[in-house]
Amino acid sequence: MLDLLRFGSDGWGDEIARGAGMTLAVASLAYLIGILAGSGVAAAKLSGPAPVRWLAAAYTTIVRGVPALLVIWLLFFGGSGLIGWVASLFGYAGPVELSSFAVGVTAVGIVSAAYAAEVIRGAVRAVPKGQLEAARALGMGRFLILRRILVPQALRYALPGLGNVWQMTLKDTTLVSVVSLAELMRQAYLGMQSTRQPFLFYVTAAILYMIMTTCSEALFRALSRRAERGVRRAVTN
Amino acid sequence: MNIDMILSSLPALFAGAWVTVQLVGLSLSLGFVLALAVAFGRLSSNRVVSGVTGVYIFLFRSTPLLVQIFLIYYGLGQFAGIRESFLWPILREAYWCAIIALTLNTAAYTGEIMRGGIQAVPFGQIEAARALGMSRPLLYRRIVLPQALRTILPAYGNEMIQMVQATSLASAITLIELTGAARTIASRSFQPVEMFIIAGAIYLAMNFVIAQGVRWAERKTAAAG
Repeated sequence: MLDLLRFGSDGWGDEIARGAGMTLAVASLAYLIGILAGSGVAAAKLSGPAPVRWLAAAYTTIVRGVPALLVIWLLFFGGSGLIGWVASLFGYAGPVELSSFAVGVTAVGIVSAAYAAEVIRGAVRAVPKGQLEAARALGMGRFLILRRILVPQALRYALPGLGNVWQMTLKDTTLVSVVSLAELMRQAYLGMQSTRQPFLFYVTAAILYMIMTTCSEALFRALSRRAERGVRRAVTN
Repeated sequence: MNIDMILSSLPALFAGAWVTVQLVGLSLSLGFVLALAVAFGRLSSNRVVSGVTGVYIFLFRSTPLLVQIFLIYYGLGQFAGIRESFLWPILREAYWCAIIALTLNTAAYTGEIMRGGIQAVPFGQIEAARALGMSRPLLYRRIVLPQALRTILPAYGNEMIQMVQATSLASAITLIELTGAARTIASRSFQPVEMFIIAGAIYLAMNFVIAQGVRWAERKTAAAG
């Protein structure tokens, strides 16, 4: 039974491996979008003018309240229409088609950003206000304060939460298989269909996901430990 | 926007929403009971029991829910032994497979939440109860569980809302719940976006009801003082 997972033309090993690679690619890109857009949304929530604040609040509330699968379907069915409409404003009238990769990364990224925004907002608020006032009193500029005082400390507070967001983003990539993107779940599905061995293929997928989540959890824990190397603790653990 | 088209699709969306409510209700209540067993299993002084529950929690938290659903729905049917067993009438149905997967999944997460809640009860109270001669069941019923449940309410509220969203994955195994209904209508109408917006609004309404319920329960159980 296991020889079905051989690499090469007579086995599914290389297809599954490529699927796992695609899963990591979608997850990493979506996570990157999540962190960048999430920082923007957090900044909007913390210090934007009122209408921007409301928009950011609506975004995080809605996206965190509806299933990620619904976001994927919305982009899959509505995304090309939206981009086509924007393109028509610039005089482009041809048909617009979004690749399932673009739909997948954008949809998972949109969800990732909503959760990352909440983590980052909490982390920024955890930086003591007195430090920012002291930095201003010393005549530091906005960006210097950001670079020297706010970001290094907020990053430390945010790390555990951002680790959770990564785990969630990684798991959400499975949903992209519904739009036929050849990631791990999709490859397992194709393998199951042609060999009639569903258990074998989904257990293989499960083990690969388990390896990814466990390794990244260890990585985030190591990052956290490193980020906290200068922090004195009442209790060592 | 074609209002008639939207109005005529509402019954199908509400039918899907009703399936979602069933999935959420059944898997949350079954999952809650199982989670209690998981929490006690994890806290058990018996190495084997706590080890086995630990493995269960790890398996369900480290893999995506969609894999779990597919493994139960497609994977188990691969074995002739299961296809011939008395369980097959249940495991053949996408509906029950979805409920089994959702129940096992939420029990793993909720079990960990409950363990935290049980461990947060001050040990002095347990000593006091023992000194008064309370039996273990009475100690848990009167002292530990009421306080543990109060502590976990906010975290459990989040888990419930996550579960509402998790039920959408049942559409991947042919179940027409809310997301599945919206998708089906969207693929044969010219107003896909409107369908998903209405479905999203229904999900938000469900979350709102749960969040209000949790808030009410928190007020109701708040410690005096």
